[in-house]
Amino acid sequence: MSDEFEHKIETKADTIADAGSVTSGSTAGIDYVPAHERPDQELYHSHSWWTTYVFSQDAKYIGIQYALTAIGTGLIGLVLSWMMRLQLAFPGLGILEPSSYYQFITMHGMIMVIYLLTALFLGGFGNLLIPLMCGARDMAFPYVNMISYWAFLLAVIILLASFFVPGGPTGAGWTLYPPQAITSGTPGSSAGIVLMLISLCVFVAGFTMGGLNYIITMLQSRARGMTLMRLPLTCWGIFTATVLALLAFPALLVGCIMMTLDSLLGTSFFMPAMISMGEHLSYDGGSPLLFQHLFWFFGHPEVYIIALPAFGIISDLISVHARKNIFGYRMMVWAIVGIGALSFFVWAHHMYVSGMTPWFGYFFATTTLIIAVPTAIKVYNWVLTLWRGNIQLTLPMLFSLAFIVTFVNGGLTGIFLGNVTVDVPLSDTYFVVAHFHMVMGIAPILVVFGAIYHWFPLITGRMLNEGMGRIHFWITFLGSYAIYFPMHYQGFVGVPRRYFEIYDSPYIATSTLHLNVFITIAALIVGAAQLVFLFNLIYSARAGEKSEKNPWKANSLEWLTPEMPPGHGNFGKELPVVYRWAYDFNVPGADKDYIPQTVPPSEVRSAKVEKT
Amino acid sequence: MFPLIVAHIFVLIIVASVAFHFWSPWWWTPVASNWGGMDDTILLTFWVTGAVFIAVCLFMAYCIWRYRYQKDRKAEYKPEDKKLEFHLTWLTTLGVIVMLAPGLVVWHKYVTVPEDALNVEVVAYQWGWKYRLPGEDDILGKTEIKFISDENPFGLNLKDPNGKDDILVDSGDLHLQIDKPVKFLLRSIDVLHNFYVPQFRGKMDMVPGHVTYYWLTPIRTGDFEVLCAEFCGVGHYAMRGRVIVDDEKNYNQWLAQQITFEKMLAQNKIDNKSLKLVKNIE
Ligand code: HEM
Ligand SMILES: [Cu+2]
Ligand SMILES: [Cu+2]
Repeated sequence: MSDEFEHKIETKADTIADAGSVTSGSTAGIDYVPAHERPDQELYHSHSWWTTYVFSQDAKYIGIQYALTAIGTGLIGLVLSWMMRLQLAFPGLGILEPSSYYQFITMHGMIMVIYLLTALFLGGFGNLLIPLMCGARDMAFPYVNMISYWAFLLAVIILLASFFVPGGPTGAGWTLYPPQAITSGTPGSSAGIVLMLISLCVFVAGFTMGGLNYIITMLQSRARGMTLMRLPLTCWGIFTATVLALLAFPALLVGCIMMTLDSLLGTSFFMPAMISMGEHLSYDGGSPLLFQHLFWFFGHPEVYIIALPAFGIISDLISVHARKNIFGYRMMVWAIVGIGALSFFVWAHHMYVSGMTPWFGYFFATTTLIIAVPTAIKVYNWVLTLWRGNIQLTLPMLFSLAFIVTFVNGGLTGIFLGNVTVDVPLSDTYFVVAHFHMVMGIAPILVVFGAIYHWFPLITGRMLNEGMGRIHFWITFLGSYAIYFPMHYQGFVGVPRRYFEIYDSPYIATSTLHLNVFITIAALIVGAAQLVFLFNLIYSARAGEKSEKNPWKANSLEWLTPEMPPGHGNFGKELPVVYRWAYDFNVPGADKDYIPQTVPPSEVRSAKVEKT
Repeated sequence: MFPLIVAHIFVLIIVASVAFHFWSPWWWTPVASNWGGMDDTILLTFWVTGAVFIAVCLFMAYCIWRYRYQKDRKAEYKPEDKKLEFHLTWLTTLGVIVMLAPGLVVWHKYVTVPEDALNVEVVAYQWGWKYRLPGEDDILGKTEIKFISDENPFGLNLKDPNGKDDILVDSGDLHLQIDKPVKFLLRSIDVLHNFYVPQFRGKMDMVPGHVTYYWLTPIRTGDFEVLCAEFCGVGHYAMRGRVIVDDEKNYNQWLAQQITFEKMLAQNKIDNKSLKLVKNIE
């Protein structure tokens, strides 16, 4: 403790000395940056093949491991969705049993939300980008970071193992509500659910190791001059999402542990007295609603754990490819932080018709609609960034534009569901399915694609093929809009979600079933387009066009490494020194249309920079 | 050329969405309860949010074309515009209030049950529905899950005299009388369920160990399907029932045919017939 303190004093003294010497120099103090607060990080150097390529401690490499594992798992989720869609469109073919349908929606939902998107945004992009964007050599704790990935892999393996246990995986829905999750009317109610719960616990443990790393790295290892308000918004998004995750996941963890105990030891945390298959069970006195509160106290922030990194990334993509500073940077930061804070006060909007006291409805409807305000501001700022920009319709930009359309659509239907009265007829119908797929399924996935097209050269040194990329873009964007836009109308009709089969119902026009066929065909086409993308990834990684350094002419540090792809330790001998924010595009008076963060003011004296 | 095409496609998405909205055959069923207010709130929300969606997307399409990349174009450099941000913020807040306020008013009605509403208990089980109406005393007897047995499928407390005359509808449809408010008391004997009739709009989960509720007044006669709207296991999709809204005469006729708890107990004891408590779907 006291050691550290002395060290701080020392560096303070350094700073003053530094500043003094600079003022006397020719650059007249305009290039002033505070001195290092701590000595350069001592890096772990790998010596064997195993520690380089398998048990790597290099965040960039861990990020790629995370991303590939997440994408691989996500592909399983995608295949499950095809089977479900085929069943819904062609119930006569007998493609699935009811029990497998329910197992598939559960695994699909959980895989997509947790094991694909959460892992990809935080574990994947977080690891890849945080040290690079902050100007650090690596994460603060590389060893723990490595463990985090292996815990994630273990969680995935446990999850997938549940396909092979007696009874199969759980079919309780991704919300895992008790009592049905652990009683025999639900598929996978013994081994399947327990594996799911254990897998989630392992995931949370692994994530916590990674998450502490992301936060501490961003707080402690930023380059000289990289103030918090100079960080790219990607970092802000990931930072806030990680804080949310560290606060929200414990609720999930205790929920999972208690349910495991209910299931294995016969405790009654969530289990009331009830009857199952004609027999009284021995449970008594537990509260199913308690689980729902725990689940959604995690589950709602979870939406933002996915959305905030997506918001951050998209802001950076739009700014770079529109060659314009992000509009209202400070407002964007506050909106991210504000949304993050508010997201802990809205969870029960998932429970308006859960049977909790209806008086909660007033409070949670109000908080939910308040959150719409900072969210709307973000949308305005994205389109205002395009306004009077110089828009390059590159693939990342196309995906960003598609994201805006999809996100605005899904965000606005969220206002329907958040407004408690409107939620009553629409909850648990296909309107909800359409809404959350738009806003937390398709929209973040579009960001993922945009980000991959954008940062692929940073990872491989090659560009992704543009032609294939455009095919992939148009089919994915228009196709998924065609899947989910009409689906809202099934919800208006009143078609309930989680229905294995809808039958002919007096109130459901037969044409609703035709709509199902259309949606399924669109889903299959969109799925097929992902093969183009996968092919493009593999092909371009080997034979793609070689990328120049900083191919998009961006300002942020990840593009300013001495080599591309960046080597071990990221920045060569000297860590970068930062003089400005990441958004100095088209500054009046500057000769080029961008000024990287490392360019000192003395080199661009004629540029009339406003925000630094 | 490419920017022009892209801008047009974005405009086309908007046009197609609006066209789909007006010309698609899929829309809600005509309302059969007093909850037309919910439909109105949806419509209000629809217009406000629809306008925002169209405005944002069209503005974006305009920007795509108007500010397409040109080598010698200089993008504007203006990190902040406090005034614009301020105006957009309060405008959004206003829009939110316009949608929220009527919503809360309708919600207030939804959770405030009129005094004269008839109590009707709906009991959900895996996977079907049972109903219980108060007898002459207008009071429903107390129940508990642990009292449920083959003889006493509703789990009524035998010591509670109020339960004796309760009317039980063990299998069959529920009838309601037009223009008479009902309060559904929702109960589950096993897992979560949700009593949902699309034309009535109302919904509420049924939670074992709790009695939840909502109320409505049927406003037209007819035959409606009951769906379960909370996942409850493999039979969830098949958990259907029927509600029939009658005029007074038909309703009373139906009511007269139903048996009371007392009668049911006697019958069950005499025949020693075991009513199957939990019905699996065929
Ligand atoms: C085009 C790709 C996708 C298709 C075709 C698809 C299809 C489906 C279908 C058919 C259902 C079941 C609906 C029901 O019966 O209630 C479902 C549920 C779900 N999906 Fe997707 N989905 C896709 C992508 C995604 C993505 C990217 C996410 C990520 C958030 C996601 C998250 C979920 C969730 C959370 C559920 C709910 C599961 C449950 O009810 O327990 N899906 N999806
Ligand atoms: Cu939520
Ligand atoms: Cu159900």
